[in-house]
Amino acid sequence: MASRVLGTALFRSGFTVQDAPKYGAERRGAPIFSTVRAARGASEGETINERGIIHRPDLVVVADDTLLAIPAAGTLQGIDPDTVVLVNSRESADTWRHRLNLQGELLILPAGSEVEDRADLPHIGATCAGAAACLLGVIEPEALTTAIDEELGPLGEEAVAENRENASAAFEAMIAHRGIVTEGAAVPAKDYEPPAWVELPVDDASIAAPDIRAAANSVQVRTGLWRTLRPVIDYDLCGKCWWVCSTFCPDSAIAVEGDKPVIDYDHCKGCMVCVGICPPHAIGSIPEYLAQQREQQTIEEGEADGTDPADR
Amino acid sequence: MAPTLLTGNVAAAWGARLARVDYVPAFPITPQTEIIETLGAWVDSGDMPGRMVTLESEHSMLTAAGAAAATGVRVFSATSSQGLLHAMEMIYTVAGWRAPFVLVNVSRGLASPITLEADHNDVLAARDSGFLQIHCADCQEVVDGVLLAYRLAEDPAVRLPVMVNLDGFYLSFTREPVNLPDPAEVAQFLQPFDPGAIRFAASAPESQAVAVLGGSPYSYFRYETHLAAQNAVSVYGDIAGEFRERFGRERGAVEAYQTEDAEVVFFMMGSFATKAREAVDRLREAGQRVGLLRPRLLRPYPADIIAGALEGVSGVAVIDQNLSVGQGGVLHTELSAALYGREGAPAVLTSFIGGLGGREISPEEFYQMAAVTRQAVETGVTPPPRLLYTETELREIRKLQSVALVERDETSPRGGAGKPPGEEDKQ
Ligand code: SF4
Ligand code: SF4
Repeated sequence: MASRVLGTALFRSGFTVQDAPKYGAERRGAPIFSTVRAARGASEGETINERGIIHRPDLVVVADDTLLAIPAAGTLQGIDPDTVVLVNSRESADTWRHRLNLQGELLILPAGSEVEDRADLPHIGATCAGAAACLLGVIEPEALTTAIDEELGPLGEEAVAENRENASAAFEAMIAHRGIVTEGAAVPAKDYEPPAWVELPVDDASIAAPDIRAAANSVQVRTGLWRTLRPVIDYDLCGKCWWVCSTFCPDSAIAVEGDKPVIDYDHCKGCMVCVGICPPHAIGSIPEYLAQQREQQTIEEGEADGTDPADR
Repeated sequence: MAPTLLTGNVAAAWGARLARVDYVPAFPITPQTEIIETLGAWVDSGDMPGRMVTLESEHSMLTAAGAAAATGVRVFSATSSQGLLHAMEMIYTVAGWRAPFVLVNVSRGLASPITLEADHNDVLAARDSGFLQIHCADCQEVVDGVLLAYRLAEDPAVRLPVMVNLDGFYLSFTREPVNLPDPAEVAQFLQPFDPGAIRFAASAPESQAVAVLGGSPYSYFRYETHLAAQNAVSVYGDIAGEFRERFGRERGAVEAYQTEDAEVVFFMMGSFATKAREAVDRLREAGQRVGLLRPRLLRPYPADIIAGALEGVSGVAVIDQNLSVGQGGVLHTELSAALYGREGAPAVLTSFIGGLGGREISPEEFYQMAAVTRQAVETGVTPPPRLLYTETELREIRKLQSVALVERDETSPRGGAGKPPGEEDKQ
């Protein structure tokens, strides 16, 4: 959604645009990325020939800072000292610069204040698009709001108004850095590094077929790292219907142990399907970072008074 | 009309809407589903007349499409990858009925391993069926391609179903500026379907597509289909000419970009060809005479047009985003067959397999493919076909394999059945 809003805003500002999301078979809760390319000269019929991943991005917007810690996400692939990195985070720019050992510009889009109710969470797509629009410096606030009207119109007036507000606030929050993103020059062909092509060896079929013979290895893929919201079961409300949440969880992350459902947080990806589906509304959600903070506190208190948190 | 940002999928849906189709049999599959969702919403809202029916499989969907077309109505459908393969029996069957309709295929690599991103083995699996094939490189070509496809399919000299191919993700979910043709102009370009002898009425029973026994009648019917497909080269040329007159866009059987004075030409199809276009620009800036030739029309194969465009070219780098297992790239094979024995044909055809399962092809790789081809021209020695695959990629695979093998060692009763090469004697 962020890429569509930004793409449309650029398009309405006279650019030729190409935007595209990319995701795997996982849907709700799974990480996705999207790209936006823009070129001047729309009126002269300029076209964008490159497509797919951007090898040398001018701006990288990270909507979920936990992705920075997952190497497979490749969030910062291809950045150079001229790339601006914008991270939606509660941590400081210095912290991230230090952690990631970055030379270039890193800015923080302050993550929403502490909210307990999921409905109060800010719409991160429009917020990121608003901040990015400001950093690019070529989009007027009106083009941004027009883009939100166009892209979110079908969701109804309320959603449009809320997203407009969030996007405008993010735009304003970045105003000191307006236009900080510069257009990276294309590397001339004569300076290309030749690709290090290899000859594929003929491997034994025992390893060259896409088979997984190791038992139960999906346990090792900790999809719990993706979670931004944590479902929490209130056992006082749980009617022990026994199967609804457990049956509908797309990651089979809810087991029925004894007579109650238990969520496996190593593998719950935070899709909120269970929250929506529990008949007596016994499953609520809290932001993951808050849940982790509380866990940390509990552990520290436990260390202080010598009890094991599991025993309390 | 001013351009709007549309995904390739929505552009395909617009093609069907502008073509004023009567009937859409549908079945969802990633990355095609957005097409039928878009059409479904329009049918629901009344923006689009016509009937839409969801079937229980692609096999039934193709049967319904062919059957409806055989009654003389205008039919549109869409599928992808495994879905196209599931329908394959009917793909051949309905082509033999000589019932014209349009099927959009959103390319996606085939299992196994199962995947989501684009390559052309799905659509190429249908290349011998009797369906004609138009291949798109951008979202504008998708909407234009659907309109051209109806003209081609319904032409009395052709009367065959036509597939319009767009790449999953790189076009299907990618938004680009698209000029939607004016409906009134389209109505001029694409008149209502005149089915001629193709009709069905309850009061006038007839048998279509009867069985034949014996090779002689079979040969006759199959070869007639082939001759009709061959007719389609010149028919397509006329239609594309008319399209250019009316809409101002060049949609010939091939796209020839900077081929006029080129020494080396990239030959490929689909959306990655726009990357080749970009590479041609960069290489020309570096003083190299490089061009791009891209077939839009793959069935029928426009051999003479391709050969003409390659006259005077020294070397062709054929980039196949497909793999005929045990043979190599399909485009390379077909181009070799088309050029063999022709005077003035390029001396060198190098073969590269790239973009399988949507694997990226980088600017550096285009540069290198041009360099390899030029060297082959100079030395007269053509290198063996090459898979575009880097050391880094192989290292990543080895890493995954070693993780898998460690687990297998720990969990499998057989123990370590195999180790990555070079790791045999390590513990
Ligand atoms: S436990 Fe709930 S939130 Fe977590 S993956 Fe399962 S359904 Fe989704
Ligand atoms: S769906 Fe709700 S009531 Fe049923 S077991 Fe799960 S938490 Fe309890």
